[in-house]
Amino acid sequence: MTTLSARISQSMASGSRQLLSGIQPGEWLSQGKQLLLPLVGILVFLGFWHLAAPQVETSLGAFPGPVQVWEQSGQLWQEHVSQRERADKFITMQEERNARILADNPEADVRIRDYPGAPTFLDQVVTSLLTVLAGFALASLIAVPLGIVFGLNRYFQAAVNPLIQIFKPVSPLAWLPLVTMVVSATYVSDDPMFEKSFLTSMITVTLCSLWPTLINTSVGVAAVNPDLLNVSQVLRLSFWTHVRKVVLPSSVPMIFTGLRVSLGIAWMVLIAAEMLAQSPGLGKFVWDEFQNGSSQSLSRIMVAVLAIGFIGFLLDRVMLLIQRKVAWNE
Amino acid sequence: MSKPHLELTGVEMAFDTPKGPFIALDNINLKIQKGEFVSLIGHSGCGKSTVLNIVAGLLQASRGGCVLDGHEVNSPGPERAVVFQNHALMPWLTVYENVELAVRQVFRKSMTRQERKDWITHNLELVNMAHAANKRPGEISGGMAQRVGIARALAMKPSVLLMDEPFGALDALTRAHLQDSLMEIQQELNNTVIMITHDVDEAVLLSDRIIMMTNGPAATVGEDLHIDLPRPRNRVALADDAKYVHYRQEVLSFLYEKQRKLESLNSRRGSSAKPEAPAAKHSASA
Ligand SMILES: Nc1ncnc2c1ncn2[C@@H]1O[C@H](COP(=O)(O)OP(=O)(O)OP(=O)(O)O)[C@@H](O)[C@H]1O
Ligand SMILES: [Mg+2]
Repeated sequence: MTTLSARISQSMASGSRQLLSGIQPGEWLSQGKQLLLPLVGILVFLGFWHLAAPQVETSLGAFPGPVQVWEQSGQLWQEHVSQRERADKFITMQEERNARILADNPEADVRIRDYPGAPTFLDQVVTSLLTVLAGFALASLIAVPLGIVFGLNRYFQAAVNPLIQIFKPVSPLAWLPLVTMVVSATYVSDDPMFEKSFLTSMITVTLCSLWPTLINTSVGVAAVNPDLLNVSQVLRLSFWTHVRKVVLPSSVPMIFTGLRVSLGIAWMVLIAAEMLAQSPGLGKFVWDEFQNGSSQSLSRIMVAVLAIGFIGFLLDRVMLLIQRKVAWNE
Repeated sequence: MSKPHLELTGVEMAFDTPKGPFIALDNINLKIQKGEFVSLIGHSGCGKSTVLNIVAGLLQASRGGCVLDGHEVNSPGPERAVVFQNHALMPWLTVYENVELAVRQVFRKSMTRQERKDWITHNLELVNMAHAANKRPGEISGGMAQRVGIARALAMKPSVLLMDEPFGALDALTRAHLQDSLMEIQQELNNTVIMITHDVDEAVLLSDRIIMMTNGPAATVGEDLHIDLPRPRNRVALADDAKYVHYRQEVLSFLYEKQRKLESLNSRRGSSAKPEAPAAKHSASA
């Protein structure tokens, strides 16, 4: 009964929105606020941190304030740079030696060994990023097609729903031992393409981050507007065309919502898995520093904490950008 | 009389409900000639959409059937194109792409790429929408979207055009405008059209025949009124044409005297002259 009036007011609202979209007097103000308020929040937080940190005494000295943490991040960068220089020297030395050997004997079998030094903080960040992206990509490759199948078929959905509900809340820490054992038992190769630790972390990430994408995709697919399904039937679209042209585009917004949640979970899970399994990455960095127990450890861990948060934020932003590019309703 | 183009014989429709089968339609018989413009009118919930969906092939009659040009209808197909009440355009495709989806599907083999392109543009021009070809449905008004929905249906070159309250959700001015375009297009293409409407004026103005349905459950054809008015028709000139007024009177008396719906009259605001209340089902989904 309200359809007509609702429609009219709707169209009027969209009309006035269009009119206003040229210049909006309030926009400058709100943009200023958008920048200013977060800045104020961060400054207040830093101030509070600076004042409160020295009050907290630990066995490793006072809790680091923002200044120490800032210094420590510079320190970590310096370590990375000098480590790189040493690694470069190590490699060029080998190359020169190999060149000499080859000059004497062209048949000689020469090799270059990797630099044996410990990975730096930045190396660990890169490792973590690669692992999380690989695990997330694998999870998406599994979850999106499966979600489409579940969403298309009510019976299938009913059959697997209990399984999804049970596996979804499982903590990564519970999967980890199982994944570790299975990976070491099944991935045996003389010249492995991937490190076992990489595979373990990646698969754990996949297992834990699969679910939001799977569930959102199937919900999105099941919720395609019935009118559009009728159009597809009237046009006699083939199954594949139907999926490609109607189902998939229609559920893209839901799929992306799922993907963003999944990526967030993937990142959290990865850090925990790396800590527990001692696989290379940021999680291991944190754990090593904790075990190390030097006077700088807490600041270094704090740098890692901030880096983890910042990277998680960036990952979400990147997903948001992709979503804006791909989804029609943005 | 020639063999009918479209024929419904003894159509019964029973829906399974938790309380047992619900007989919506009972013994519907209808013969429609090629090029006829037929309106279905009746109170909300009597089963108009069900009839249309059976012809479209989106629903299967539980008894009886529908024959189009000698072939039984048992699945949907582009030769029975449907214009839906809420345009049903894909929101992620542009106006052009929406029509293209249909044209490519139907004329994949019989038209070259260039021919298809011209055909899409031609149909958009027919409904005066070529200027918005690259807009998305979200960026155009409801009336414009509805015109694109009609262009998409026409572009399939259907032998029957089925329209379920195509103008129900539009304001009166846009509606009048689209009715005029539809009359012109139909004059030109001579399509067979079945249109559902709640609007008595719309039915009399557009149709060659008005099928009035009795109230459900077990609804059937109540009266079959032939509208013998010369075309092209002009809404202003017809307003006090004696024949027009008479036809209008016939339909009104069927709806409000013979098939009077007490509960609906009491509960509905301002429905005395012109029943326009959209179906509860549709407003919920809108
Ligand atoms: N899938 C279904 N299951 C059960 N009952 C149904 C179903 N579809 C329609 N009906 C019932 O059949 C009857 C006719 O429905 P229909 O949608 O054809 O009415 P209508 O004449 O198009 O009404 P409106 O003018 O409100 O659109 C209604 O009583 C409705 O409740
Ligand atoms: Mg209806």
